[in-house]
Amino acid sequence: MTHDAAIRRPPRAQVAPAAVGFASIVTALLLTELLIRIGVINRFIVPPPSEIADSFYRLFAEEHIVRRFLLTAGECLITGVMISAFGIAGGVLMHRVTLLRQACETWVAAFAAAPVVLAYPLFMVIFGRNAWTIIMLAFVAALPPVILKTIEGMAATRKVLVDVGRSFNLTPTQQFRKILFPAALPAIFLGVRLGLVFALINVVGVEFLINYGGLGQLIEDLAERYDLAGTYAAICFVILVSVLFFIALEKIERWLRLVD
Amino acid sequence: MAATAPNADDAILVVDDIVVRYETPEGPITAVDDVSFQVKPGEFLSVIGPSGCGKSSLFNVIGGLLSHHQGVVTVAGETISSPHKAIGMVFQEESTFPWRTVTDNVAFPLELVGMPRDKRIERARHFIALVGLEGFENSYPGELSGGMRQRVSLARTLAAAPKILLMDEPFAALDEQTRLLLGDKVLQIQQQLKQTTLLITHNITEAVQMSDRILVMTYRPGKVKRIVDIDLPRPRNSEIVGSEAFGRYVAQIWNDLREEASRGMRDEESHMLHHHDHQGTGS
Repeated sequence: MTHDAAIRRPPRAQVAPAAVGFASIVTALLLTELLIRIGVINRFIVPPPSEIADSFYRLFAEEHIVRRFLLTAGECLITGVMISAFGIAGGVLMHRVTLLRQACETWVAAFAAAPVVLAYPLFMVIFGRNAWTIIMLAFVAALPPVILKTIEGMAATRKVLVDVGRSFNLTPTQQFRKILFPAALPAIFLGVRLGLVFALINVVGVEFLINYGGLGQLIEDLAERYDLAGTYAAICFVILVSVLFFIALEKIERWLRLVD
Repeated sequence: MAATAPNADDAILVVDDIVVRYETPEGPITAVDDVSFQVKPGEFLSVIGPSGCGKSSLFNVIGGLLSHHQGVVTVAGETISSPHKAIGMVFQEESTFPWRTVTDNVAFPLELVGMPRDKRIERARHFIALVGLEGFENSYPGELSGGMRQRVSLARTLAAAPKILLMDEPFAALDEQTRLLLGDKVLQIQQQLKQTTLLITHNITEAVQMSDRILVMTYRPGKVKRIVDIDLPRPRNSEIVGSEAFGRYVAQIWNDLREEASRGMRDEESHMLHHHDHQGTGS
């Protein structure tokens, strides 16, 4: 038999959108540089992008940004492992125990929108001024999306796939392992991705607030010294790390959608 | 040669006095009422009826997915009350696993029985070739058309070596040409494997093209209205659609179905009117 219809191929990477995106950023930077140089923007509030670019060297040479980055990355990694373990397990449990889901899902959703970072004094009292305060606060803030997306993924599994499992006489454990979990995996990974983004924001934010640790503390130090170019360079570095982090997670998610 | 109804002793599948009732807000509804028939080994039987005649309920009962029914389903002398390995189901809705390649989809039932990986891949490739999907072994369902995905589902079901292939309108979502060509493929496989097949459908052409016998059902409650023997030569393919004898069978079955389909349409319209009146009174 001939192949009966057009075959859909995965979309190829398109160069044009990336080029336009890059060009927009360059244009915005050039425009900012110009507005600062002609005095429309006060250079004591926003330093010129060229000065910020120059400061990057200092961040590596004098401020040990790589070591600080590794510290922040380590805190994010521990938080990531914790939200994946507890979030997925919690989501699965809430999906399977209807009463628990009915009782708690709204609370978890409400918690996802709460500014948990404001509770940092409480966490400092409990854990002290150390990495655990940062990790635990990020964990609490980043857990809800993982739980919610796990529940959503499990609940959204198409009934026909469950029926296929039933028709092959799968045990409940096989049904979970071979159908429900892989079917829910894209949604679960989306939850983990959101959770990791929340975790990164909270880790850097709490480092800044309690003046301890990696990149957040560096920004706080530079701001205290009124090293504006350095502060902006450090902020740009955090943004760059976030973007790369986000792109890497997105690529892993795409790969997971294709691979069993 | 006309197909003949088998005795219960010869039959591989015996469906006996099946009744399915559902509770609805408007009261209990009998979807299937006293349906009985037998299928003999190697036979192709189609169950045809208008929408709402309980075809899908019957499919679920025979497949063991529906337990709240009266009556008995027996496969090779064994009464079934839950999904049975002798029955392989192909669903109307697209049911491939999107996270598995074509090969891994087809090898799924073999994985469940613990067949070694090399052996199950080899066997899966045999069934992939049987449904005409060579070259797509490592593709994911998302890269295939609807018809190709249905063939993957069919190959997966066949890989489990069921005694009875039970299909619920497997081509319903496909266009007419693809449907006819897939019908050819199913016929070819059925003849090659001598596979006992039970097809649930509302498509008269499809039913006549493939079946030895066609069981026509009434509109709700779904009862057996008539069983028609299809005396068309085998091997068959979609070219038979143009023959005079084919047209006569289609006309004969449509005569039976027209009355039922009209009854279904009237029932649906009066239900809608009642619903509107009720809403109007309510507001």
